[in-house]
Amino acid sequence: MRFKDVFSIIGPAMIGPSSSHTAGAVRLGRTARQILGETPQKAAITFYGSFAETYQGHGTDYAIIGGLLDYETYDQQVASSMETARESGMEFTFIQGKGLYAHPNTVQLELFTETNQVKVIGSSIGGGTIEVNHIDDFDIRFSGSYPTLIIYHQDRPGMIVELSQMLLRENMNIGYMDVDRKGRSGEALTVIEVDSSISKSLIIEIGSISGVRKVKRVDLTEVH
Amino acid sequence: MKFSTLAQLTELCEERQLRISEVMLEEQAAETGRSAQHEFQKMHEYYQIMKQAVEKGLTEDTTSRSGLTGKDAQRVMSYLSEQESCLGVEACETMAYALAVSEVNASMGRIIATPTAGSCGIIPGVFVRSQQRFQWSDEHMVMGLFSAGAIGFVIANNSFISGAEGGCQAEVGSAIAMAAGAMVELRGGTPAQAIHAVGLALKNSLGLICDPVGGLVEIPCIVRNGFGAVTALAAADMALAGVRSVIPSDEVVHVMLEVGSAMPEKHRETAKGGLAQTPTGKKIMDQLHQQRNGRKI
Repeated sequence: MRFKDVFSIIGPAMIGPSSSHTAGAVRLGRTARQILGETPQKAAITFYGSFAETYQGHGTDYAIIGGLLDYETYDQQVASSMETARESGMEFTFIQGKGLYAHPNTVQLELFTETNQVKVIGSSIGGGTIEVNHIDDFDIRFSGSYPTLIIYHQDRPGMIVELSQMLLRENMNIGYMDVDRKGRSGEALTVIEVDSSISKSLIIEIGSISGVRKVKRVDLTEVH
Repeated sequence: MKFSTLAQLTELCEERQLRISEVMLEEQAAETGRSAQHEFQKMHEYYQIMKQAVEKGLTEDTTSRSGLTGKDAQRVMSYLSEQESCLGVEACETMAYALAVSEVNASMGRIIATPTAGSCGIIPGVFVRSQQRFQWSDEHMVMGLFSAGAIGFVIANNSFISGAEGGCQAEVGSAIAMAAGAMVELRGGTPAQAIHAVGLALKNSLGLICDPVGGLVEIPCIVRNGFGAVTALAAADMALAGVRSVIPSDEVVHVMLEVGSAMPEKHRETAKGGLAQTPTGKKIMDQLHQQRNGRKI
């Protein structure tokens, strides 16, 4: 099921003009920003497919930058995000990508700070719903529809057991999970979508598991 | 969700002796683990945003950033105040309300994507005008949105709802089908009648391409929302009168998938074909690029 619930059809509440090109793009930008864990100082944004053809007309550029500033889809500030970002010193470039892409509305976001960087590829699949398909050269998928843990770790036996035990202790239900690794016993990335919000203390605790290199949280659930 | 097809949805309603909206609300609460009351409240907030968008589009300046569109809803309303319309007052005002919301969207105002922003005028147009006409409560309308959502949920998971994937039939077509089915339920029709309305409505927009001029959600999107709202009323009337979709609605949804998958990329929101590539469409696109470069963005 690509669409999980009634509010992926009715909704989101958003600033126009396009749910795929504006609301979905805000959410893709926010996802990447949250995986980076801070506001980027530099961003290289590559658009593919319909995004590449029409991003100016739809304000997809404003939407992505709005997402990088962690705005909600319905925040009126999306309409002036590029000016705000520039004033705060963020540098960004937009590139029209060519070649293969996962979906007609796909974007690659490369975000940088002095000490930190991330590469995220994701698609806007309709009605503001998104799908992330790639983080830092790992092929993983998740929807951003639920609070999500992004865990960079070493591939070793027992890692998933330790992670899931920690979630069980917090009484958290796993809705979806995806793992990819660069090679046996090498670097791995685990993505876990859960049904309840993820506390800071849990993130710190997961970070202390042996072999875990980095833990990030993505939470795009609307505040009402 | 315990249903993935319209046939299953109808069966569930009949088994549990519930309306489509009630099944959707129960399933939604089960899916999220939150109370039905919480989910209802969220939809209630969305309905208020829809009403605000109608109001805004009928009273404020909705000239879009490009300057290409705006205030057509107000043109229709003032025409109606001066003379009799071809459609009749109710349908004509439904059309105006739908235009109003789509114009708010194009001018970067706040809307609810139903199911998308490009098709955000149809459901509020049909709902808000019908609420006034039949003096329905907000609660009745909110349940209607759950009904529309259930229909959209099936269409989205079996076909598509974005123009980039399946053309305008996927956006405006889906919204019309959702509004038509919900309207049947709001008027007291059976779940089976509501599902017939979905099939009847969807058949009328099969093959509709997505060809926005300059890539903007303005031309022809806004007027298609106006037309769509009127079509939704027509489909609801047919179904309430007992007209059936002889091709079952689930099969019509699959036809939309087949047609959309075969649609060339130039007709799927890329602005590379259709109205976007007419001599005038191209001229507008050039002007937009110049404006944009002039602003050094």
